[in-house]
Amino acid sequence: MKGRTWRMRHTAGLLSALSMGLGQLYNRQWYKGIFLLLLEFSYIGIFADLFNMGLWGIVTLGTVPFRDDSVQLLAKGIVALIVIAFGLFFYVLNIQDAVRVAKMRERGDRPPGLWQTWRTVTDKGYPYLIIAPGFLLLVFVVLFPLLFMVALAFTNYDLYHSPPAKLVDWVGWDNFINLFRLDLWKNSLISVFQWTVVWTLISTTVQFALGLLLAVLLNQKQVKFKRLIRTVLILPWAVPPFVSVLVFSMMFNDSFGPINGMLESIGLDHIPWMTDPFWCKVAILLIQFWLGFPFNLALCTGVLQTISSDLYEAADVDGATPWQKFRHITLPLVLYATAPLLIVQYAGNFNNFNVIYLFNKGGPAVPGQTAGGTDILISWVYKLMFDTSKFNYAATISVIIGLVVVCFAVYQFRQTRSFKEEDLIQ
Amino acid sequence: MTYAVLLIMMVISVYPILWVIGSSLNPGTSLFSSTLIPKHATFDHYVWLFTSPDSQYLTWYKNTLIIAALNAIASVILTMGTAYAFSRYRFVGRKHGLAFFLVLQMFPSMMTMVAIYVLLNMLNLLDSYWGLLLVYAGAQIPFNTWLVKGYFDTIPRSLDEAAKIDGAGHNTIFFRIMLPLARPVIALVALFNFTGPMTDFLLPQIVLTSPEKKTLAVGLFGFIYDQFGKNFTLFAAGSVLIAVPIAVLFLALQRFFIAGLTAGASKG
Repeated sequence: MKGRTWRMRHTAGLLSALSMGLGQLYNRQWYKGIFLLLLEFSYIGIFADLFNMGLWGIVTLGTVPFRDDSVQLLAKGIVALIVIAFGLFFYVLNIQDAVRVAKMRERGDRPPGLWQTWRTVTDKGYPYLIIAPGFLLLVFVVLFPLLFMVALAFTNYDLYHSPPAKLVDWVGWDNFINLFRLDLWKNSLISVFQWTVVWTLISTTVQFALGLLLAVLLNQKQVKFKRLIRTVLILPWAVPPFVSVLVFSMMFNDSFGPINGMLESIGLDHIPWMTDPFWCKVAILLIQFWLGFPFNLALCTGVLQTISSDLYEAADVDGATPWQKFRHITLPLVLYATAPLLIVQYAGNFNNFNVIYLFNKGGPAVPGQTAGGTDILISWVYKLMFDTSKFNYAATISVIIGLVVVCFAVYQFRQTRSFKEEDLIQ
Repeated sequence: MTYAVLLIMMVISVYPILWVIGSSLNPGTSLFSSTLIPKHATFDHYVWLFTSPDSQYLTWYKNTLIIAALNAIASVILTMGTAYAFSRYRFVGRKHGLAFFLVLQMFPSMMTMVAIYVLLNMLNLLDSYWGLLLVYAGAQIPFNTWLVKGYFDTIPRSLDEAAKIDGAGHNTIFFRIMLPLARPVIALVALFNFTGPMTDFLLPQIVLTSPEKKTLAVGLFGFIYDQFGKNFTLFAAGSVLIAVPIAVLFLALQRFFIAGLTAGASKG
């Protein structure tokens, strides 16, 4: 058209950008062009309502109570955004395809025919075809809720702003600001966060140390009945955690639990396991040690068996004490091998809802706070949702948890080898 | 000294388990007078769980088994394709896809419970097994894809390349060669996703609201914490009936678990 630089590829690209399929028609790929045109029209036809409602809804969150359900509108809006993202993705592919074929024509090659195109899709596209079902489900079951939750954190969706009678509004950063400024929220957040950190560090570290200690003891040559002892020690791992935690909540019962009974029988006082926040925390930590050590025992046993005995023999020659051998041979090797799984355990306990909630529902209640004495962040979120319907704060705290987890995850990936694996970088 | 420590830990490990078995045999509903070895042992509570018209224990057991089995099947179907594609094909978006899966796997699925609850409510999938299954099956994809991909990576490439030379198509290679070879890891995924819903408490508690749809975990929780609960001995009997089959299965398969763990650990 104008000048030397304007070529077929530009025309094709421009036409494709105007509407899907036009570039392909220009390239004389009639079937493909018509197919893409039809695809675009049906896409717009099917989703027109969704885009219209969804985009309007996500901006306004509804204007008339009872008619507009803000939460539904928000969800539709996010679905609309996802569908648009998919659409744009295919649109870009369509332009790329038109340009690619036009380049072939510039070189004087024949554009690929219908049969060839079909072959390419089913051959080169095969990995996409088998990934698609899982990927789609993932987008709607995992990614969509994540986006939805982040969005909720910026609204005032609670008991008093809840559809259909009331509308929900965007409130910007208000929830985050309130969480850090209002006394009621700030106190709860600080104490819950502190306990979550303490809980995560102590429970995971001790359960690992205990597992390692027992593995080392069991690994000594002179110990007999290894298999039997190991099986008994692994038993707590085999019991479903919800059963064991509920059983413990009976055993620690203040009035009739056998643990207080035992304390009494050796002349000690009752301990208020279920009603005093401090003792409640102690009880929960003890339970988690019980639940967590067998896994680490199994893990460390596996690792210990891979350590070559040469190392210890060399240490013996040098006259090393058992402690020195442990400190300089066993510990570094075990830590090196188990680091990724240890990190997973820290992350797991950070969000260990089951133990906290099943033991005592996160209780006992603490005056001046919205969280119970043993609530960690995740169980606090649960309570905010189902006890007080403060969805906005629940979502806000979830976002904070998410940020912590992501930071942690990024740190972990940088440390471990799996991210440097050849096929991730290629 | 070593034996003393081991002995104490063995007692600590076993005591709660023995205690709950003992409690389940105690007469009455309260544990006030219960002792480790009951004086008047009775199987009444077990009989009640199975025969009483008020008991929904069998229904809960059935619900849990159905959900667990369906989830195991769905998980295997959904994961195999993605893992195979990531392991064997080099395609645009592969690297980012893998990283995306790795990050998603870090998010505990219960972090999004706000959203999941609201969404299932909107789709009318609250109080339905389909809603529960949808969440379970979707949430397991990232982790299990990585797990299975790792396994596929260890199957020599020469096998599928030879088949390709012999003229086998993509589907033939996948279904006739790779899947049969991946049988151990398919079993592992199925097992993980069978036991997951068996022992999960949070999600069924949120999603399933009507009593006849409850799962075992939620039902047992009710024995202790519900308004009309405080049926401690019934709870104990119910717990034994759940824990024993799972523990037996687990102990029988423990070697595989431990082998899988250490293999994963050394790969980092």
